[in-house]
Amino acid sequence: MARPHPALPLAAAFLAAGAALTGCGAGAAAGSGGGAAPEASPSAQAAAITVEDAWVKAVPAEDGMTALFGVLVNDSGQEARLVAAATGVAGTVELHEVVTGDDGNPVMRPKEDGFVIGANGRHALEPGADHIMLMELGEDLEPGQEVEVELEFADGSTTEVTAPVKDFAGGEESYEGGGSHGGGHDHGGAEGADGAEDHG
Amino acid sequence: MPARADSSGPSRRNLLLGGAAAGAGAAALVGGDALLRAAGGGEPAAAPEPPFGGRTVAFHGRHQAGIATPPQAHARFIALDLEGGTDRGAVRRLLRLLSDDAARLTAGEAALADTEPELAHDPAGLTVTFGFGRGLVERVDPAAVPEWLGPLPEFGRDRLSERWCGGDLLLQVCADDPVSVSHAARMLTKDSRAFARVRWVQEGFRRARGAQPAGATMRNLMGQVDGTTNPAPGTPDFADLVWHRGGGGAGAAWLRHGSALVVRRIAMDLDEWDRLDRPGREEAVGRRLSDGAPLTGGGEHDEPDFEAVGALGFPVIPEYAHIRRARSADPAERIFRRAYNYEDTEGAGLVFAAFQADVTRQFVPIQRRLDELDLLNEWVTAIGSAVFAVPPGCGPDGFVGETLFA
Repeated sequence: MARPHPALPLAAAFLAAGAALTGCGAGAAAGSGGGAAPEASPSAQAAAITVEDAWVKAVPAEDGMTALFGVLVNDSGQEARLVAAATGVAGTVELHEVVTGDDGNPVMRPKEDGFVIGANGRHALEPGADHIMLMELGEDLEPGQEVEVELEFADGSTTEVTAPVKDFAGGEESYEGGGSHGGGHDHGGAEGADGAEDHG
Repeated sequence: MPARADSSGPSRRNLLLGGAAAGAGAAALVGGDALLRAAGGGEPAAAPEPPFGGRTVAFHGRHQAGIATPPQAHARFIALDLEGGTDRGAVRRLLRLLSDDAARLTAGEAALADTEPELAHDPAGLTVTFGFGRGLVERVDPAAVPEWLGPLPEFGRDRLSERWCGGDLLLQVCADDPVSVSHAARMLTKDSRAFARVRWVQEGFRRARGAQPAGATMRNLMGQVDGTTNPAPGTPDFADLVWHRGGGGAGAAWLRHGSALVVRRIAMDLDEWDRLDRPGREEAVGRRLSDGAPLTGGGEHDEPDFEAVGALGFPVIPEYAHIRRARSADPAERIFRRAYNYEDTEGAGLVFAAFQADVTRQFVPIQRRLDELDLLNEWVTAIGSAVFAVPPGCGPDGFVGETLFA
């Protein structure tokens, strides 16, 4: 791995900004529901992206992690690349993909280069596939609550998405390095050499 | 009236176009295949009507859909009880979730986090109508409970079973396809389970879509034409009887453009009914079985002549006949019935669903008269009963019940 993993340091930087802006009560703020409000200049990647049908899986704080799902829609003729995200309800946010682990079971791991949304394209964030992982939760995420998540793109532009929290039984893929969405199951076998290589 | 805009858009348009095309086709293409097919009694030349599965009924509007909406073929009534920890804020979250689900599903779109999105794609006229029991309104705003919201007064003929009574939140789910009903009910129930548990579920059915001309009065399982005197949706009479005007107490303003719903499970003793001959059956109701016309003559929608007497001097419509007993001299004492048949392993009957602006002024006096005397009581018995306040509809950015939180 020649390149350093880009997501973690950026996520950490945005966490600080997000915390300052929204405090820990982001979930209680009323949003317009799903639409993203561009904050950067019109040419910025964030201005071209909307998030359709965003939602977050409900979990108690003790589960520690959950995920944001939805569809990233690019209305411009230029490719956009989502590289980081942050929210007031989670200490760490990562962009994850789901791959097949050594034991044949799906495992999720940080996506090296973020999510590319092609020109006039769509990129689905779904249980069992790419998703935005909210980790180190500071509070219960209860059904019907709204969570605000800030998305950062490769050019540094940002936009915010408001997502309702929904009761959902699926999305239990195990995490390389241990842990899973919601249920806290640790399938164990996935945390071997693969994970070390990925983070190396 | 956006809420009752029965937007059969694509279907109706295609049907009209199909009709025009058929006319042109018949004129231009007489010969060749068309003639051969016509002679052979094969497929007609007209383009087939598109499947009705794509038909949608608008969810958003001044009134909730599923009230003035022509009754779909299938219905499920789901009563939920709120869990003890479901406080005002949680009720609000629940109602937002359910409104969002309903808005998407009735438009033929998957709900958020819908695990079977394909089942949402053909809504077949799906409507979801919310009703609030006393428990929910008290949880949100005790000062907003209408006087009539709660158990009905006791009626002597009722044989109520707790398993069919009450409930804090009612979901009335209707569609012309039972799969659409099933999927919507499943999605709504999943999104409710963090807040509430199911108290009872009642399934209902009417004639299949297209089996009869639109607007035909339903027949119940006793074979009777049932609902002839219903006020017609869209008329001032209907509006006066069904829509709440926000008056009737300081706390009732939230119900403006809403309504009140009485759901009664009425068991029919069909085995005993079998023993009654046809004239006896007609006298019990006061209408002809063949077409629903009053026994005093005319058509189904002609007024009965309650003064008419037969050759022996007895009233043609007996004193104990259902339509005489149900009728009040006060035109305000009427209701809008939107009933469904039911049949399960325990028996058959009617899921009697009636909308009105004020239960105490409208349903209760009618039921008192029927409770005192109605020959039909020999064969029908209420075994379930529940009353719900029906909030007004909402806009695309709102949720049903938002006025209760104002």
